[in-house]
Amino acid sequence: MLSVKGLEVYYGAIHALHGVSFDVAQGEIVSLIGANGAGKSTVLKTLSGLLRAKNGEAFFMKHSLRAMEPHSIVQAGLAQVPEGRRVFQQMTVQENLEMGAFTQRDRAAIEQGFEHVFARFPRLKERRRQLAGTLSGGEQQMLAMGRALMSVPKLLMLDEPSMGLSPILVNEIFSIIAEVSASGTTILLVEQNARMALSIAHRAYVLETGRIVMSGDAKELLGDDAIQKAYLGH
Amino acid sequence: MIVLRQLINGLHVGSIYALIALGYTMVYGIVKLINFAHGDIIMVGSYVAMVLMAQAGLPFWAAMAASMALCGILGVTMERVAYKPLRSLPRINSLITAIGVSLLLQNTSQLIFSPNPQPFPTAFKVPPVSIGGLDIGFITLFTIVVSVGLMLALQAFVRATKMGKAMRAVSEDMGAAQLMGINVNTTVSVTFAIGSVLAAIGAVLYSSAYPSIAPTMGSLPGLKAFIAAVLGGIGVLPGAMLGGFIMGVAESLTKGFISSQLADAVVYGILIVVLLVKPSGILGRRTNEKV
Ligand SMILES: Nc1ncnc2c1ncn2[C@@H]1O[C@H](COP(=O)(O)OP(=O)(O)OP(=O)(O)O)[C@@H](O)[C@H]1O
Ligand SMILES: [Mg+2]
Repeated sequence: MLSVKGLEVYYGAIHALHGVSFDVAQGEIVSLIGANGAGKSTVLKTLSGLLRAKNGEAFFMKHSLRAMEPHSIVQAGLAQVPEGRRVFQQMTVQENLEMGAFTQRDRAAIEQGFEHVFARFPRLKERRRQLAGTLSGGEQQMLAMGRALMSVPKLLMLDEPSMGLSPILVNEIFSIIAEVSASGTTILLVEQNARMALSIAHRAYVLETGRIVMSGDAKELLGDDAIQKAYLGH
Repeated sequence: MIVLRQLINGLHVGSIYALIALGYTMVYGIVKLINFAHGDIIMVGSYVAMVLMAQAGLPFWAAMAASMALCGILGVTMERVAYKPLRSLPRINSLITAIGVSLLLQNTSQLIFSPNPQPFPTAFKVPPVSIGGLDIGFITLFTIVVSVGLMLALQAFVRATKMGKAMRAVSEDMGAAQLMGINVNTTVSVTFAIGSVLAAIGAVLYSSAYPSIAPTMGSLPGLKAFIAAVLGGIGVLPGAMLGGFIMGVAESLTKGFISSQLADAVVYGILIVVLLVKPSGILGRRTNEKV
């Protein structure tokens, strides 16, 4: 479904990605883990078209992402929940969700999107007239996820959805990710919380200073000595 | 009675400042650019309307509509050609470019129309309207009604339409808006188009009130409107409207009761005091920037 080959990305003179390659198959939950500054967000921003790769290719279901504008990428079915949630603080919950459905033309489909999102996040329904900036961190994360789901993506990329949340909320968010996956959406999950990410992912890639240094079955990586030392605090 | 008269005069110029200020504030809200060439759109709008009325003999409405259309296209072209290529660079680049665009428009106009002022045709040969024993010039009434109507319409557009909401989203977080599938280039173009169309309307109204037009005529109302936008809180639509009205009324009351020479000083004084007390402007809010 998604195939990334030799992605090289620079911030001016800073070489952030040194040829990153990985793929995600339909129906999978694939996790990209790595320490601060490894380049995880850079990968997602490049796939969404917010950053341009100097070299390399990324294919999403026959689309070559390099040539596409960010809005066409969303239209093609690749959505992202960005790091730090980035909900529109001055807009209501309802308006945030409407923005998520921006690429949808069909009114009935948008209504159905609202129903699905409100069923998955009942909190958002209660608070739909409230400004997003007044929501708690956990609620904002849910809004950010609901907003991305409004575009009915085929592949959903999440950038550190557990950041800054209490353990209970982290569990809740991860079980929602598992549900979204079970309902047919493919997931690419970026996390620093490697334990949680590896526990729900099928496969994972480890990113270190802009390079993929390890990859494999998530359960195997969870038991790997090197991974345990570096990312799981053993 | 004299107070009331000056107040109405103040609302007259104030609503023109407000219309122009909306263009500054919308553009700033979306691309964080002070478009110094915005004032010169007023000049272009005035010349277009003048030529069409005085030389082509078109009626006021037709001239105004043509001026709006032309200024809308000019605003969008300006953004596409001059500002869009610089959008990802440090802001100083587009600021300096905006000054360049402003000079380009002024000098082109001097080439075509000469630097000498020309009269702007009188659109309404209508007697003043009497309200409660007070005679109000038709153009004054017309300006206030049209401006307030446009401001309400704009407010409704930004609140309730899909494009209006997209504009708010882009203005708050351009990157996140792109992740929603919002086409930022379209949104920015629409913003420039609306701002420039409002400026064209402001231009025709302004030139009807001060019927002498020249290639550099846009600088003064442009500056006043810019101050109005900053005073009200740049990036906030109701702020631009409020700022415009405050400026117009303060100017007019000073002219009427203190002295004409002091009018600008009072206006700048108000600006300085407001910015000292609330640096983000009367209705402004502190913004945090994101990539
Ligand atoms: N806008 C930028 N300008 C310059 N360098 C940047 C910029 N954004 C990121 N970088 C650099 O690129 C590298 C990768 O950053 P990135 O944000 O992708 O890391 P990350 O893996 O997402 O980290 P974190 O877990 O902290 O979110 C880092 O060295 C970072 O300093
Ligand atoms: Mg990151």
